[in-house]
Amino acid sequence: MLKFSKDHEWIRVEGDTATVGISDYAQKQLGDVVFVELPQVGDEIDANGEIAVVESVKAASEVYAPVAGEVTAINGALEGAPETVNAAPMGEGWFIKMSISDASDLDALMDEAAYKDYCEGL
Amino acid sequence: MADDLKQTALHDLHVDLGAKMVPFAGYAMPVQYPMGVLKEHLHTRAAAGLFDVGHMGQCFIAAEDGTFETAAQALETLVPAAIADMEPGQQRYTQLLNDEGGILDDLMVSRIDMAGHDHMLYLVVNAGCKTSDFAHLEAHLPDGVSLSIKDDMLSLVALQGPMAVEIISRLNPDITKLVFMTHGEFELQLEDGPLYAHISRSGYTGEDGVEISAKHDDMKRLVGHLLSQDGVEPIGLGARDSLRLEAGLCLYGNDIDTTTSPIEAGLIWSVQKHRRTGEGYKGAARIAQDLAVKTRRLVGLKPEGRAPARAHTEIQDMNGKSIGEVTSGGFGPSVGGPVAMGYVDIPHNKAGTTVNLMIRGKANPAKIVKLPFVPNNYFRGE
Repeated sequence: MLKFSKDHEWIRVEGDTATVGISDYAQKQLGDVVFVELPQVGDEIDANGEIAVVESVKAASEVYAPVAGEVTAINGALEGAPETVNAAPMGEGWFIKMSISDASDLDALMDEAAYKDYCEGL
Repeated sequence: MADDLKQTALHDLHVDLGAKMVPFAGYAMPVQYPMGVLKEHLHTRAAAGLFDVGHMGQCFIAAEDGTFETAAQALETLVPAAIADMEPGQQRYTQLLNDEGGILDDLMVSRIDMAGHDHMLYLVVNAGCKTSDFAHLEAHLPDGVSLSIKDDMLSLVALQGPMAVEIISRLNPDITKLVFMTHGEFELQLEDGPLYAHISRSGYTGEDGVEISAKHDDMKRLVGHLLSQDGVEPIGLGARDSLRLEAGLCLYGNDIDTTTSPIEAGLIWSVQKHRRTGEGYKGAARIAQDLAVKTRRLVGLKPEGRAPARAHTEIQDMNGKSIGEVTSGGFGPSVGGPVAMGYVDIPHNKAGTTVNLMIRGKANPAKIVKLPFVPNNYFRGE
């Protein structure tokens, strides 16, 4: 299952764990990503809590957790190659993997079609 | 975008080129083109970048008695640079100072090099300050010396990078004779007819290049021609900022403002020796005082990690004591990592000193380094 937040994060759910990153729309808005500050494995996070900071050439932007849970893995490859977020935002450019504490959080998120409509309206 | 934003003469061209337009100093300006800030920056250092700087203020100062001396002496009461000894065609960087020696704006002053006009001074000031600059000049220039504002008539672009002068001099070979911080009036031979431009060999990227002033309609023709040349790409404000930061050049409003003096900002080179006595212009006492009693200095900061330190990041010494603040910071594409400038209390300003930059509450070590971060490529003559 793939869902999107209004803040342009995506979450791909496989079983009881999920992978989180930012959408193609978001990476285009940010421009060239030069640094990603990630949380630590084991961090407890709230829905809409800050999980990362993305630095583009020009500015820093916060990234929020679409759902509550615990960080189970971070994408350490982004430290040496932050530009992967621009090249493959929905793939190799993922930020964290997390457990989901309350699956009903997902109901508040958009599916891919709804997110596409949402972006077109921005 | 707000409807009350002003537009430069090249606005429609920016939109056609796919620029992302943002509000800047009251104008709608291109922050980046589809190439993106990173590639625009690197392109400028490798070939030639074309910047619309038509939002900046352009004006002339001239005396009714028709002499250069009268106009120069009038301006010398408001800036720390020597003006009276400027030769025709010479350009200098200086600052408008307030009574306390704080910087109202930084600007470029040129003495016109054209028969019958070499008594005139040509000034280029920052967009965000131009209204107050012009009011300040109007209020303080003596009777018999007048200010003529040319924003409604003249556009301004910068062509910067190692290919810039070769490309512009195809339109008039004499342009190659200019050296850094000189200028002249040139007839440029375009296919659809000649145009006249005021060209200075200067800019704000650390690269060789020129700034070109011409009438609005002529500038549209010139820019159309320049963008058709191999090696020229349009560059937005985003890359302009990262280029000037790597070049160690101050940005008004960030690195210098009414609370900073030219001495603290490391601009002593722009104050000629005989102007450091504490007399002769508004704020002169602060120049002499800051030379005698050293309190803080603007320094280069090279973070050891990859996290950029933005403006207002606190600088601490290794004991956790606050010693200053970052004034400009970001990612330097040519450096390949973060770079910053900021003020630190003396004696923490020596190159090689390790400090901590407090980014989002965490200490990030950085070294104090000599500016610029990338070598300047100005053409100072053979």
